Amino acid sequence: MPVISTIVLAQGPDWIQFDVEAFVSQFWSNTIDGLAYGSIYALVAMGYTMVYGVLQLINFAHSEVFIVGAYAVFFVLSALGFGPSAPNLSVAALVGDLVLAMLVAMLVSGLVAVALERVAYRPLRRRNAPRLAFLITAIGASFAIQYALFAWRGANPEPAVIMFRPKPVFEIFGATIDSQQLVIFGAAIVLMIITDMFVNRTRLGRGLRAVAQDPDTATLMGVNKERVIVLTFLIGGILAGAAALFYVMKVPAGVQFNGGFILGIKAFAAAVLGGIGNIRGALLGGLLLGVIGNYGQTLLGNAQWTDVVAFVVLVGILMIRPTGILGESLGRARV
Amino acid sequence: MPLLELNDVCAHYGRIQALDGITLTVEEGEVVTLIGANGAGKTTTMRVISGIRPVSSGKLLFDGDDIKSLRADLRVVRGISQSPEGRGVFPGMTVLENLDMGAYTRKDRKSLGADLDRVFSLFPRLAERRTQAGGTLSGGEQQMLAIGRALMAKPRLLLLDEPSMGLAPQFIAQIFRIITEINEQGTTVLLVEQNAQQALSRADRAYVIETGRIVKAGTGAELLADPAIKEAYLGVA
Repeated sequence: MPVISTIVLAQGPDWIQFDVEAFVSQFWSNTIDGLAYGSIYALVAMGYTMVYGVLQLINFAHSEVFIVGAYAVFFVLSALGFGPSAPNLSVAALVGDLVLAMLVAMLVSGLVAVALERVAYRPLRRRNAPRLAFLITAIGASFAIQYALFAWRGANPEPAVIMFRPKPVFEIFGATIDSQQLVIFGAAIVLMIITDMFVNRTRLGRGLRAVAQDPDTATLMGVNKERVIVLTFLIGGILAGAAALFYVMKVPAGVQFNGGFILGIKAFAAAVLGGIGNIRGALLGGLLLGVIGNYGQTLLGNAQWTDVVAFVVLVGILMIRPTGILGESLGRARV
Repeated sequence: MPLLELNDVCAHYGRIQALDGITLTVEEGEVVTLIGANGAGKTTTMRVISGIRPVSSGKLLFDGDDIKSLRADLRVVRGISQSPEGRGVFPGMTVLENLDMGAYTRKDRKSLGADLDRVFSLFPRLAERRTQAGGTLSGGEQQMLAIGRALMAKPRLLLLDEPSMGLAPQFIAQIFRIITEINEQGTTVLLVEQNAQQALSRADRAYVIETGRIVKAGTGAELLADPAIKEAYLGVA
């Protein structure tokens, strides 16, 4: 089979080459790992997409809501005795610790998101500020939180906290699925389904969709718009907190003051890719971005290519479908 | 005591004065209509009553209580329900979900079924389309949905903002017939209309609004017979 092992562009630059063999042989393991990464993007993307759906605001500080959750995970696990080597715990004790860390991170991120709304965005809304003011405020809030973390914890990443050594669970198409990938993917899907059901099936969720579709008419129905806005930030924050646990699981030494930045941008890109304002779109976009990044990295033989490929694909898809793959759904009228 | 009373109500959009001292009353059980040209302040009056726009000065009483500073969503709980200008149907929700939004503040969820039946008997068309997305309905159907949705709140006062706007003549006649029917079932109605002929012939009393001020008031029949009204609003020279 390996007739074409490496294609080098005939007269192309030597810094770009395609390793088709690796791409083919690692296709399934890349897919599986990409889905695990993508689940993290998807969870964070939910926060961007819901806030956008309700307020047409790109909450750039959402990446910091996420990284604050990662700090919470770090502190909880450190206090529980986790460190640079995997702990020797029974499965039940381990699950208990991780669930505790996740709940604390959800709470912390949720509160930070709500506080952010109160302090940064609500005063602007009261004054009917133009959209640009919100955008600049969002960017400002993002930097403010980032550098507050920097002032508190310094520039270096926190020491790694290893939760467990991934063990192979089963094989699919010759690729191994390990326990870590399974936990991340499974938990993320469950959280997304719960959120989707909340938004589509409950009265409060219906109120949220009503505000997204037509805020004034929603008010005429008796929906308290301010309460819906707080709820939206809270849900986004909670999901970002959950994502933080999985992020630390996958990148144990990734807790750093600016660690949310790139991930936040990718999650935002995932939201746009799936169709901003669309909850299922955030899931689809996140998973796609995770998988495509992995493919690109293997095909081009270097981890630096992950984001290049992911974003080139993003641009390409948006050219064909400017409203994202699934289009906007929480939000705007399509009459 | 009137169900609704506006006394010298003013409202502004920024520095532009939209309402310049509106005074009107609606008694329990009446159909009252507010007619006037485009930009006269009809919709602003409605929005001030439902609380989407703030009152800058004057008195706004509902059932004897000052509701000027009551939040809009709580006015729905008090019994004011509005079918807004342009209908405001939620495009991404089904007909049933839209109707359920109308009942958003209701605590007596168990009796919703009966109200749903009532809306479907007033508008059989909606029953046929109950699982269809609001955005895919025709203009007339959306208007029916907006009125039906407002009824789902079981309002004491129903505000209808231009229900005939953009509708085909057979729909207009039907909508006005149903407004009378709703009123006969016991709901007080405040109706804003450009279709003065139909509105005046259905209304117990009527007000004429010009540049944010009430310039004339009377029974529907009186205004219908008024030569100045005929000339300005009924297209009769």
